[in-house]
Amino acid sequence: MTDLEKRSDRSPVPADWTYAPAPESTDIVRLQERYGLYVGGEWLEAAEHYATIAPRDESPLANVAQASEADVRNAVGVAREAAAAWAALPGSERAKYLFRIARILAERSREFAVLESLNGGKPIKESRDVDIPLAAAHFFYYAGWADKLEYAFPNREPRPLGVAGQIIPWNFPLLMLSWKIAPALAAGNTVVLKPAETTPLTALLFCDVVRQAELPPGVVNIVTGDGSTGAALVDADVDKIAFTGSTEVGKAIQRRVAGTDKKLTLELGGKAANIVFDDAALDQAVEGIVNGIYFNQGHVCCAGSRLFVQESIYEPVVEKLKKRMATLRVGDPLDKNTDVGAINSRMQLEKIEELVAAGKEEGAEIYQSPCRLPEKGYWFAPTVFTNVAQSYRIAQEEIFGPVLSVLTFRTPDEAVEKANNTPYGLSAGIWTEKGSRILWMAQRLRAGVVWANTFNRFDPTSPFGGYKESGFGREGGLHGLEPYLDFV
Amino acid sequence: MSRLPVKKTYKLYIGGAFPRSESGRTYEAQGQNVARASRKDVRDAVVAARAAQPKWAAATAYNRGQVLYRIAEMMEARVPEFAELCSGKDEVHRSVDRWVWYAGFADKLAQVLGSSNPVAGPYFNFTIPEPTGVVGIVSPDEPPLLGLVSRIAPALTGGNAVVALASEARPLAAIELAEAVATSDVPGGVVNLLTGHRSELAPWLASHMDVNAIDLTGADGLRTDLELAAAENVKRVIVGKPDSQSLYEISSFLELKTVWHPIGT
Repeated sequence: MTDLEKRSDRSPVPADWTYAPAPESTDIVRLQERYGLYVGGEWLEAAEHYATIAPRDESPLANVAQASEADVRNAVGVAREAAAAWAALPGSERAKYLFRIARILAERSREFAVLESLNGGKPIKESRDVDIPLAAAHFFYYAGWADKLEYAFPNREPRPLGVAGQIIPWNFPLLMLSWKIAPALAAGNTVVLKPAETTPLTALLFCDVVRQAELPPGVVNIVTGDGSTGAALVDADVDKIAFTGSTEVGKAIQRRVAGTDKKLTLELGGKAANIVFDDAALDQAVEGIVNGIYFNQGHVCCAGSRLFVQESIYEPVVEKLKKRMATLRVGDPLDKNTDVGAINSRMQLEKIEELVAAGKEEGAEIYQSPCRLPEKGYWFAPTVFTNVAQSYRIAQEEIFGPVLSVLTFRTPDEAVEKANNTPYGLSAGIWTEKGSRILWMAQRLRAGVVWANTFNRFDPTSPFGGYKESGFGREGGLHGLEPYLDFV
Repeated sequence: MSRLPVKKTYKLYIGGAFPRSESGRTYEAQGQNVARASRKDVRDAVVAARAAQPKWAAATAYNRGQVLYRIAEMMEARVPEFAELCSGKDEVHRSVDRWVWYAGFADKLAQVLGSSNPVAGPYFNFTIPEPTGVVGIVSPDEPPLLGLVSRIAPALTGGNAVVALASEARPLAAIELAEAVATSDVPGGVVNLLTGHRSELAPWLASHMDVNAIDLTGADGLRTDLELAAAENVKRVIVGKPDSQSLYEISSFLELKTVWHPIGT
């Protein structure tokens, strides 16, 4: 921060208010030097390994297996062998296994939270208060469905599919694992799950939870690796593929399963509109805007990356937003005061930098929060673009980083039209004090999740998933069971 | 002196009108010259469907049910004509009854498929089904009438607009159906029916960037290629049954929207 910025009235917090470091201890995490593949309840050796690092300082954490095509085929075979017995188990017994997992996750939540922040770069505040509790809640929720499936689908006889291949992203590693594994197991399937290349560690720690819960061997199998491992899983003898990740990869997977009878669900990218009307509670809305885009460094598929402000309140909203951005604490993910942590990987950082450069070049005006970024590791300051046209790349493409584009509108109709002007359709936000307008807008927004006077909220009972190129299928709630069931 | 009958020209059904194929082509099927639609006809049909869809989706569920019921009424009045163009009276009767069954579901599906979700927080959280938008349908070759009705009825019940490719070998029942639809208060463009060679038309439908979902029930050997094309805009791919009637045939053409509405004083 420059002296000028310190003195300016832009920051509501006096410049000399600095926070003392409040680091969360990493002692609770015991990492192995090397991890194999978790298949059939055992650790199998792999031929190749790669180093997984901490994005906060690029230090290596462990070596994890790069599963080959043969490794993946083997894991799927083991899952297949385990499928019949797991499916034949009374639902009430399957339920108890899942309840056990939920409980153990809660018991070991701090260990998971620290590891999640270490390996992924997200603030400990988030992994501790959001990711891990939600992951445990998700298992608890679906546990209860295991013996109640016949209530979920009237006039149908639900049956498990068999083996589910699941591929998850790096932004919410354990939470996405729970979104995938909990409904699959409740429905009576066995799974082979591939964590993201850059964030395998909490999934590998989860194998220890599986052990403690005494799950029958082969019901949960974890194979780590890069995109080629994922592709091998898609091609393997699985009955279903569930993928969360980029739209580009999602399309490639949809092509790969074309002509097969594999069931498919895709939860892909987004470019959510966050729409603020002139009657909204502005301070609350600004908090929501900040949470919408800077939560988890903007590594959120449903992030509110396009802010639409009603013209009459454009200036106060942007001013309040910049003031609030100046108070965001960017830095060590393991510090309990940190609001914005490290960018997940060098590759992602480069993608963000490229799009931000494009935004400047196309003529948008940039503002970045005046924070000091650590020297080592991957960092990007919270950024907002004003003077953005809908056609700019920053308003069209998913950035997946802490970068917000501000646009304006005059009427509710115009807001709807602009908000829907994207190939994506995952989420949207509405800020207004008028209940009828919330529902009017919600009806018209082509998005799978609509938040009113809030943003980025998740709950195991609440179905999540996209319209259009944001994918198909739902995760969470009653509707999240369907992708894992066959019906007679 | 015997009277010379007036013969029908078999045309396409696009945007509520009965145009010939813009290509000027026909092919012979069931002893008649039938319009052989082109790529451009497919595009025109998609444009018409897209334009008509929002209003159809915004109609009250009760109204949509009544309009669909009206199709059954219009068909009932033409049972002998339909019977000559498909496998017979039984197929026609079952097709009529199918419309009636789906008509009655229009105002119930949100109650059966939706939910209110008890989230941990001060929100009324609910999930409602919504139409996916424009649906392309490659209808089964057989049965020519019931197969087509079984695929388009659930899509329409859910509030979608459809562009359907008729049975290639026996397309006349589809054109007869278009005439029933045209007199049933179904807004123009909500139903579009094309006749022609499906191997020529289906790829354009499957790859069209303004089509939200594609029903490949009748795609047979084309299925893999059509699925590959459909991935370009993440289309929902549906492979249903040529003769079935189910709530879940409707839900396969639907999206689910979840809304978090605040609760407060």
